Amino acid sequence: MLFKLAFRNILRNRRRSVMSIGAIAVGAIAMVLFGGFVALIILGVQTDTVRRAGHLAIYRNGFFTFGSGNPAAWGMQGYRDVLEMVRADPVLAPMTVVATPTVALFGIAGNFEVEASRTFIGTGVVPHDRDLMRRWNPYALPYGTMVPTGLDDGDITKGVVGTGLARILGLCEALKLSDCPPAQVKEKSDVPVVADIAALADSEKSANAEPPDTRPHIDLLAATAGGAPNVISMVVTRADRQGVKELDDASVIMHFDLAQQLLYGRGEKRAIAIVLQLTETADMPAAKARVNALIKARGLDLEVRDFIEIAPFYGQVLGMFGAIFTFIAAIMGVIVLFTVVNTMGMSVMERTAEIGTARAIGLRRSGIRRQFLLEGWILGAIGATVGIVLALGIAVLVNHAGLTWLPPGQSAPSPLAVKIDGMWKLHGGIWIGLMVMTTLAAIIPANRAAKLPVVDALRHV
Amino acid sequence: MTDAPAVRLHDVEKTYEEEGLRVTALAGITADIPRGRFVMIVGPSGSGKSTLLNLIGCIDRPTRGTVEVAGQAIAALSDDRLTDFRARAVGFVFQNFNLFPVLSAYENVEYPLLLLGLTAKERRERTMAMLEQVGLAEQARQRPNQLSGGQKQRVAIARALVKGPSLVLADEPTANLDSANGAAIIALMREVQRQHATSFVFSTHDPQLMSHADETFTLKDGKLVGHHMAEAA
Repeated sequence: MLFKLAFRNILRNRRRSVMSIGAIAVGAIAMVLFGGFVALIILGVQTDTVRRAGHLAIYRNGFFTFGSGNPAAWGMQGYRDVLEMVRADPVLAPMTVVATPTVALFGIAGNFEVEASRTFIGTGVVPHDRDLMRRWNPYALPYGTMVPTGLDDGDITKGVVGTGLARILGLCEALKLSDCPPAQVKEKSDVPVVADIAALADSEKSANAEPPDTRPHIDLLAATAGGAPNVISMVVTRADRQGVKELDDASVIMHFDLAQQLLYGRGEKRAIAIVLQLTETADMPAAKARVNALIKARGLDLEVRDFIEIAPFYGQVLGMFGAIFTFIAAIMGVIVLFTVVNTMGMSVMERTAEIGTARAIGLRRSGIRRQFLLEGWILGAIGATVGIVLALGIAVLVNHAGLTWLPPGQSAPSPLAVKIDGMWKLHGGIWIGLMVMTTLAAIIPANRAAKLPVVDALRHV
Repeated sequence: MTDAPAVRLHDVEKTYEEEGLRVTALAGITADIPRGRFVMIVGPSGSGKSTLLNLIGCIDRPTRGTVEVAGQAIAALSDDRLTDFRARAVGFVFQNFNLFPVLSAYENVEYPLLLLGLTAKERRERTMAMLEQVGLAEQARQRPNQLSGGQKQRVAIARALVKGPSLVLADEPTANLDSANGAAIIALMREVQRQHATSFVFSTHDPQLMSHADETFTLKDGKLVGHHMAEAA
């Protein structure tokens, strides 16, 4: 009877109830759509980060804090043993997709045919490992997989540069880049440094005694771990747009062996890091703990970092969208709160005589309070359910509309989509949150109704 | 306790504060209303009839004096206990019927039984019996807005009586009815009062209805100025 009475009272003033339910539903729609959109962005950023950096990276102890300024000095001796240790471990192996070594370096990239040079930030990778990493997509995101590295396991001379660097080094035409102005031909200058680098590169080529290569190439100059200058030539197979201009103007991805040659010359070859990509991000804490245990057990001077530490951007994205979602939820909550307080307040006023009658007949104050709280709860239940159902419908339409947008830090447009599947926790949370909010909103009018003196309530017209 | 009157009032006073002024609605009322009687409280508007009914009905408390209903001193009861007491022992029939508009006639009559925690079967049997007694079994599913004024008041009477209270209070129950319906309602109330042996106390300012009463109490300016017992009683 209590439920029946509450439900019928809600239907009594349909227009007002529809307005309240509408406000609650709009709140639910906003939170479901934004929550689904944000979830997809966060998973997208995570996927992109894990494809590029893996889940875990093992460094020489101290590299993460001090080594980025001079990576060559922080090379990992015996990295092959570490790699083997990780790959052969019975705990890590089932969790791991890829365990691969990597080298980080920087120096000067030059195309001396057009007398252009630019500092570069380089990464040496094992091509087939990186291609495997780029296919990681456990959330089945609509972004598909990243294009392969463009490198070749069998040809260590190949490399890929950022489009900005290609433009600066006058490779637009050779790489057939669109939206890329032709290189500005400079008058021959007698800049001694450039001439010296050219001579150094030429001497490197003559030393290797290779036949002339007509493919576009650049020369990379870097200091070896011992401090001596070293130059190698790299064939540029492709230019990839990077999301950040600074990186686009400096990025060089090259074969791991080529990077080792540049960084270590004829000395002992090292890796800067061993990168682990896992099947599931959820395994990351367990995998990290296992790696730490292995390091400790073998007394290695290594440290392991996860991608949240390596790529703080991910944490920043998480924090930013979390704050925005909280802000939106708070606004929606306040709107719902005031709407329901207003609706229930009007209801109490209109039904004052009925409240008096119920009290006179023998309904306790708590019964009156329960009655109005139940009405608030029902309003919330209907509004939240309608809102979530509508939001899911809208999400399906949006997901099939083929809309795109350019996320910050990305180089290519992404589908504008709303994540629906696997979001039951968010949807359930929104439903329960709105229930709580509407029930809380009903407390004030319910208390007012419960405290009405019976005689005064009966006199009310 | 069994010999106690339906209502015992001793030196009852009720005052209100209105805009800073102290208004005396009732003063020095002392009276016993015997059990199983059909009692009227008469008097002009503002004489304190409704205030007295509110006190007898345990929905208000006196400023001074004591009120006992069915042997129970209401001053001793907390709000919840007093509410529970009303749920068991007191039925109300209001001038404006005061039916719940969202409930059917059946549900309105059933409502007090829900508060007593009766089983569905008991509720159904007692509700239908009561509706039949007031001649509204056919209209059981109708909402109040589908009933005439007389029918609404019959539902209200059924609602007041369905729980078998020891006391039924009716505040001007015929005021919103035409004379024919008013007479019919009084006749019905008289009939069910006799059948259920319930104490009925109702207020009116219609002198024509006084002939139906076993006892009549007359109020004027908040004071009891007359007590008349019918000869037949």
